[in-house]
Amino acid sequence: MSIRGAAYIAGIYEHPGRDLPDKTVWDIHIDVALGALADAGLDMGDVDALFCDGTAGFGVLTLAEYFNIRPTYVDNTETGGSSYLAHVGHAAAAIAAGKCHVALVTLAGKPKSGWQGPSFSPGPEAAFEQVWGMMGAPHSYALAAQRHMYEFGTTSAQLAEIKVAASIHAQYNPNAFLKNVVTVDDVLNSPMVADPLHRLDCCVVTDGGGALVIVSPEVAKKLGKTNAKILGHGEAVKHTNNGRIDLTHTGAVWSGPQAFAEAGVTVKDINYASIYDSFTITVLQTIEDLGFCEKGKGGAFVADGGLVAPFGKLPFNTDGGGLCNNHPSNRGGITKVIEAVRQLRGEAHEKVQVPNCQIALAHGTGGSLGSRHGSVTLILGQEDA
Amino acid sequence: MSTLPNPAPLVTQANEAFWAATAEGRFQLQRCNECDTVLWFPRRHCPSCWTENVSTFDASGKGVVYSFTIVRKGAMLYKEAGPFVIAYVELEEGPRVMTNIVECDVETVKVGMPVEVVWHDTEKGNALYRFRPTV
Repeated sequence: MSIRGAAYIAGIYEHPGRDLPDKTVWDIHIDVALGALADAGLDMGDVDALFCDGTAGFGVLTLAEYFNIRPTYVDNTETGGSSYLAHVGHAAAAIAAGKCHVALVTLAGKPKSGWQGPSFSPGPEAAFEQVWGMMGAPHSYALAAQRHMYEFGTTSAQLAEIKVAASIHAQYNPNAFLKNVVTVDDVLNSPMVADPLHRLDCCVVTDGGGALVIVSPEVAKKLGKTNAKILGHGEAVKHTNNGRIDLTHTGAVWSGPQAFAEAGVTVKDINYASIYDSFTITVLQTIEDLGFCEKGKGGAFVADGGLVAPFGKLPFNTDGGGLCNNHPSNRGGITKVIEAVRQLRGEAHEKVQVPNCQIALAHGTGGSLGSRHGSVTLILGQEDA
Repeated sequence: MSTLPNPAPLVTQANEAFWAATAEGRFQLQRCNECDTVLWFPRRHCPSCWTENVSTFDASGKGVVYSFTIVRKGAMLYKEAGPFVIAYVELEEGPRVMTNIVECDVETVKVGMPVEVVWHDTEKGNALYRFRPTV
């Protein structure tokens, strides 16, 4: 069984706020849920499946109560910032199996104005990682960047090109947290956080959230608008592999082929890609791992505007991505899906809209490149794709 | 050179034997008696064949830097440490373990650099394994 064509993304909503001191996380969950349902032409009473990550209180129990709905299908998959892409794949599978018809996915968080995030209990690895001062994502991703540079000669200037492309796109997004266009030199001259990652190699920290509504073909047909058809989905967990971690690749080497096979397309068919950009190195490794270029050649691929929309080799993150636009709750997965749907609908900003965008890819990387992460690839398309 | 804090590790049922040995300056690894896999981090089952038939041995304490980062500003206990190095060291026995590189200028750390273990005592009677350039 495949989920190709089994479900559609009919509603999207990205909270316009980036600093929300006056709202609770729960307010934001409701705001984005209502926003995405309105976008779809549905309301809360239509929802029969609920998806959220592990940061939302007691997960679906908390949210179902707060939304005051009675879903017949729930899923609390927690793979960090890639969770929401997994939710889309799982929702499509559940819809294909006849378990539900209207699935709601929400994300909300306030890392900027007041952290109300997850408190996971320590795993068996904790005693061997926490004592070394490993207290932030940049440290972990830096380990991956350093090894990639060592093995393949990737440079800081090449990584900077990724931030530059994101900033070129962000200037057209009125809600972007950072709207200024930056140069390679700006990135290289920004303070070093954890070598080789500079401050501008890192994503923004913002409040906010987003929501998605995934529906069955029957519901999509009734809604009668341009919806994004779900063509393929793949997910994988990359971990330290009994102390043999390979820092040069992500779990996209596994999630990508699953998604492409299910969708029946190849990298050549992808018109636009939302690539998770917690850090510049995340993008570089993911592009290689998904097969847009050979392993180790990501640096050359992203140079000279390779990622700049609408006419670069691979137009990416046209909302400005996590690097410039938004990284709500320190989790960028939902905005990756949202911008991919905007591209398919032709609703991206005219300066960055890819002409005749037929097939889009969205990829999430949640957790850490330097230890363990969840990789999820989604391929979406127009109705006749 | 950085002066690092020596936070006590989170000792649990799964790792108490490992941390107890550190008090005597022994870096213990486990090896599977069925498939010969060397394990990291400590656990009851071999993660290659899932048997519980594993034994413990003293590692050489030598390895090379697999990757590293210079943390320019630490947080919490490491707030006052100054720039310091977090690394993965690939032990001679195979596992890549997270650690700090110490007793050298942080700017001189390189991937592939040979290193050896040094022990830093914690207030809980055990010790942290850190690595310095091989003397």
